[in-house]
Amino acid sequence: MEFKKGDKLTGAQSLIYSLEQEGVRHIFGIPGGTILPAYDPLIDSSIRHILCRHEQGAAHAADGYAQAGGKPGVCFATSGPGATNLVTGLASAWMDSVPMVAITGQVNTFAIGGDAFQEADVTGITLPVTKHNWLVMDAHDIPQVVKEAFYIATTGRPGPVVIDIPKDVLQATTEWWYPDDVDLPGYRPRSFGDPRAVRRAVELIAQARKPLVYAGGGIIKSFASDELREFCELTHVPAVTTLMARGALPDDHPLALGMPGMHGNYTAVTSMQEADLLIALGTRFDDRVTGKLSSFAPHAKIVHVDIDPSEIGKNRQPDVGVVGNAKHVIRQFIEEWKRTKPQQPDLSPWLAQLHEWQQKYPLRYPDESSNGQLLPQQVVDTIGRVTNGDAVYASGVGQHQMFASQYIRFKKPNSWVNSGGVGAMGYGVPAAMGAKVARPDDDVWLIDGDGCFQMTCQELATMTTENIPVKIGILNNAYLGMVRQWQELFYDGRFSGIYLGQDCPDYVKLAEAYGAIGFRVEHPEEVEPVVEKAQSITDRTVVIDFRCDPAEKCYPMVPAAASNDDIIMDPRFFGEGA
Amino acid sequence: MVIRDALYDAPAPRGRRGTHTLSVLVQNKPGVLARIAGMFARRGFNIESLAVGPTEDEKMSRMTIVVKVQAKPLTQVVSQLDKLINVIHVEELHHDAVERELMLVKVTAGANERSQILEIADIFRAKVADVHPEALSLEATGTPEKLAALVELLRPYGIRELAQTGMVAISRGKHTIEDAYQSLMQQEAELEDVS
Repeated sequence: MEFKKGDKLTGAQSLIYSLEQEGVRHIFGIPGGTILPAYDPLIDSSIRHILCRHEQGAAHAADGYAQAGGKPGVCFATSGPGATNLVTGLASAWMDSVPMVAITGQVNTFAIGGDAFQEADVTGITLPVTKHNWLVMDAHDIPQVVKEAFYIATTGRPGPVVIDIPKDVLQATTEWWYPDDVDLPGYRPRSFGDPRAVRRAVELIAQARKPLVYAGGGIIKSFASDELREFCELTHVPAVTTLMARGALPDDHPLALGMPGMHGNYTAVTSMQEADLLIALGTRFDDRVTGKLSSFAPHAKIVHVDIDPSEIGKNRQPDVGVVGNAKHVIRQFIEEWKRTKPQQPDLSPWLAQLHEWQQKYPLRYPDESSNGQLLPQQVVDTIGRVTNGDAVYASGVGQHQMFASQYIRFKKPNSWVNSGGVGAMGYGVPAAMGAKVARPDDDVWLIDGDGCFQMTCQELATMTTENIPVKIGILNNAYLGMVRQWQELFYDGRFSGIYLGQDCPDYVKLAEAYGAIGFRVEHPEEVEPVVEKAQSITDRTVVIDFRCDPAEKCYPMVPAAASNDDIIMDPRFFGEGA
Repeated sequence: MVIRDALYDAPAPRGRRGTHTLSVLVQNKPGVLARIAGMFARRGFNIESLAVGPTEDEKMSRMTIVVKVQAKPLTQVVSQLDKLINVIHVEELHHDAVERELMLVKVTAGANERSQILEIADIFRAKVADVHPEALSLEATGTPEKLAALVELLRPYGIRELAQTGMVAISRGKHTIEDAYQSLMQQEAELEDVS
């Protein structure tokens, strides 16, 4: 497709050509009545459209594509139900700051507001879950809006945006042009930190006896892993990596403490409680990390670096707030540190204390389960080991997600794809698919739960027909496992509405029905051979039904709204009050 | 979006009613009011009043928003407002700003009461907007306190209907919020250059 300035073209052609200008290579979508005009010029475009089976799948796929690939994900849906089906995916991308551009058809301009067939107020519905959205009423505006949409989605704090385009605007004739620049007087994200704030932050870091980096998803989003590692090594400050930052610092790094939070490891959780300084980088003091806010990190001064000014002081008032892009601000910290060459207190007692906790309270699971079925931790551990941390790992939401984030030894950024903030069950299958499209040369392993898998498994059809081979390990424990765990621990074991059954569906048959390869693993000794077998299959999606012990719970655990000091350790290994 | 104070330790000015008056410069585009109202609703911020109208520049509108929050959430309100793409600048007005509301009030007024009501109206520099053998409609402007005082004096005669706008406000002196915006833009640009 090739147009010159002033060429006559349709709004739909203008849209597709604008997407090409923004470097779009893939679109996840489903057509329908009002977006139909945009599908015609797609035939002439270099962009590959991947036909999903549900718009929620398209949205999560775009999210996984962006998280794994580092480039904005794009999805298409038609008006009304097509667009509303995107909403969960948008909400997830919004909470996790994932750059995404969703384009929706809308009913004709003259029909808007008249309750037309498949009409929904899409800009209204998506307003609270997008960084910005547009209803384009004139075909001439399409290039400007597309330009601004990608700019807003990918700069500052990234996030999803929606462009809603009425059918007659797509059909209208217009002239091709493409803007050189955006016109957004109200949007000017800052990249560098205020030098005064940087100086004060470095002073605090240099004085701290128990400093700790609290690294969040902003490290991944700003591609700041190298800077983070350099900063930690330069200052000898250890780091925890949150659920959204797994892989930001390799888990085998001597200063890496792993994941904090509700299911974080003992050392990561307790280091935050004991630290005298938290250096929070691209993170938002989420309740799943802080536990009860009033008792979170009670001794710590706070340096908070975030690109979004509204995050600073939202949950915890910092001693120094630095607004800026994490990559640039960490670089500023490094430069300031090198310039001032501060005399640091001796950190060795602190590092020794952390090491002692790591030895005493490691992540642990039993050698075998209570009923002879598989231990979910063993499955995850094996997948991580066999793939050597080199794959891209995706998950749904629940126990399996926490096991994966605990037991996989992450090596690299953008290798962990999950729905952290919104916690959308069903995220895994489509997100893993999107990740594979973004990273065709890497293995993509989805660790899913049986509950999650059933919410979006229709995208197996997309994987097969579009030749997107993903490896899926279902930790099939017959239950909504995390809810079961809460009911066991907090509702006196009164189980309610959680039993899915281990045999329905038959996951092997289901995989085969969708053109994938299915395996069932029932005995611990079969886990590793089957994972290796799956590794050797590169042309088909593989679904493995790992039959897991329903009674297995995810530890450690900080109960909701409890203090991080009240972390519950696995009672099988650690006594009360550990 | 403009970053106000990098160190976040500046004390927030207080309004004399325990409220804060924000002058908000926004792009004159469809849906801006919904974006702002929606943000207030979902973040749980309370709007006391909101008035919106044109400015000296047709591409922009000005909103005057009166919010009732404590000092800490105020920075949240301001930064969340600033975060909206269509919001160009947010400035909290000093408590000595010129603040006005407009009120239309219909009072029961037969021949016997009319002159007394007109006398009250005169004290408050309210104008007669409409007159009927049994009612009188007054138009008054002023601070919320002044209008409340007028209402109290009219109440004994019987208030049949009352319509009141939200507050509009403007800072005293020669400076404008655009000036403040421009100077912040300047500081921002310098910061990016230096870095």
